[in-house]
Amino acid sequence: MASEETPAPRRFSRAAVLTIAVVAGLGAAAITALLVNIFERKQEARNPFFRVVELTDETIDPAVWGKNFPLQYDAYLRTVDQQRTRYGGSEALPKAPSEADPRSVVAQERIEEDPRLKTMWAGYAFSVDFRKKRGHAYMLEDQTFTRRVQEFKQPGTCIHCHASVYVPYRKAGGGDLIKGFEHFNQMPYAEASKSFTHPIGCIDCHDPETMALRVTRPGFLEGIKALKASQGTPNYDVNAMATRQEMRSFVCGQCHVEYYFKGPEKRLTYPWAKGLKVEDIVAYYDEVGFTDWTHAETGAPTLKAQHPEFEMWNQGIHARSGVACADCHMPYVRVGALKVSDHHVRSPLLNVNNACQTCHKWPEAELLARAETIQTRTVGLRNKAMDALVALITDIKDAKAAGATDEQLKAARAFQRRGQFYVDFIESENSNGFHAPQEATRILGEAIDSFRQGQVSLRPRLVATKAP
Amino acid sequence: MKTGTVAPILTLVMLGALLGLGAYTFVYAKGWSYLTNDPAACANCHVMNEQYDGWRKSSHRSVAVCNDCHVPADLVGKYVTKGTNGFWHSFYFTTQSFPEPIRATAKSRAIAEANCRRCHDPVVQAMGTPSHAGIPEISCIRCHGSVGHLELSATSVADTWR
Repeated sequence: MASEETPAPRRFSRAAVLTIAVVAGLGAAAITALLVNIFERKQEARNPFFRVVELTDETIDPAVWGKNFPLQYDAYLRTVDQQRTRYGGSEALPKAPSEADPRSVVAQERIEEDPRLKTMWAGYAFSVDFRKKRGHAYMLEDQTFTRRVQEFKQPGTCIHCHASVYVPYRKAGGGDLIKGFEHFNQMPYAEASKSFTHPIGCIDCHDPETMALRVTRPGFLEGIKALKASQGTPNYDVNAMATRQEMRSFVCGQCHVEYYFKGPEKRLTYPWAKGLKVEDIVAYYDEVGFTDWTHAETGAPTLKAQHPEFEMWNQGIHARSGVACADCHMPYVRVGALKVSDHHVRSPLLNVNNACQTCHKWPEAELLARAETIQTRTVGLRNKAMDALVALITDIKDAKAAGATDEQLKAARAFQRRGQFYVDFIESENSNGFHAPQEATRILGEAIDSFRQGQVSLRPRLVATKAP
Repeated sequence: MKTGTVAPILTLVMLGALLGLGAYTFVYAKGWSYLTNDPAACANCHVMNEQYDGWRKSSHRSVAVCNDCHVPADLVGKYVTKGTNGFWHSFYFTTQSFPEPIRATAKSRAIAEANCRRCHDPVVQAMGTPSHAGIPEISCIRCHGSVGHLELSATSVADTWR
């Protein structure tokens, strides 16, 4: 029998079967790729870090810490960047290196930009050299080569905030941090600085065992203790008693504060025993009878305010709302499934997206405009206050030249001391009023009032003016 | 073996691989969890950790889960929204191509808004009318945006603030 009948028709053509195979194969490949991606994300979330080196309480070199924490370390290295905001930051200016100062790049000289500063600081080292601040990476270098250190005798105390001090302090103190601190305070700067090699490093803020934040600088340990005692909490131990969110500001407050050198042993002291506000600090200085220098033009017993960022932040709405320094200056950045705090510490105005927009749902231009409005107003009022100060200084100088006695100048000098510290409190504070806008304006207003009263006190009058 | 059988076997192998890998991936990525109401599912990929933590400390934790506010209440709308949002969330997370900080779309805000009113209707019905000049309708979340999950802990205020 011949099999002539046609074969049973195939249900699918060969081409259709192959197409299904190819599509299914591509689908399987895509799902595999997705599976691997999910696996990677899960791994990222599971392993915050790989411990490739052991870190101890003696590991001072940030590069070693960076092996375990490359994301944080890479960002930390970027504090070399020099970038301006409208009023803050600095420009990288080329400079011919000399033997005394081998730096080839520096920031602008502030006392040339605003010569009134020279008048304010007449007779003090700041009237010789005071540049715009640069990033953390430059803290040691810029201190070493400023003319304030090169040409004036400075104590070893200064190193407290310009180097990674924890390890050298403990070494010099035989394991005792405070003993090491006292040891270096009493040395001349040039001698003390030989023991310090790194600008701020990981160990200045982090516990090498747990990576938890830790205050390591004696100035803050003692300062916050005095402040808390004044508020009714005796024996405050910041490392045992502060919350995590508080620590995210306190580690910055280790240095970004007002300070003075107490007594012949030049002990670094934060003047917080009466509170953090500017009048509390002046009241403290008046009580202990501290004076930074005698003003060269007027003979007033003057004070120098130093970058009170921590104090001013404490008076502002962000502190009141529980926002820490790190929330804006080291905002979280996402790297894959990981979230790390950005160790490229810088002005939030250079990073509005991460720094501000996490909370403030407004366009970047709007937020920047708000901040700059605050700063423009503060800088404008600061300029008026500087003019008022120069006017008072001129009047005291003239009265002195005309033969006024110390007794007759006493009130005016006291007003200069107070008002000048108030202006400097805003001038030296690195936010141009942003950290506490209303407080900054209040301080400048009170300064201008001080200068007015100082000038009034010099007038021939029927009723004597009392000193503040 | 006849040449005619190679193609069907290959097809079956591929389909099997697709099915097997698909099923494994589904289980490995906790795919089933997205069909539930469990708020932990929304933090599976860790992007929503802060919101999840904030919700656990918020007043709403005892009365509402993520889905009560973020997907429509009706069954069809709920799963359509879960499906579309789920697809785009996965797409952007996998390709890591989303802007920070993450913000709700107009559509998502409308869903949340409707859900505020669904529960709080007795209180808000008198407020929801277009009675304010120039403002078409008052939005609950314009002022109460943080009721579901407060991202800043109010208890963490540094008490150096005096």
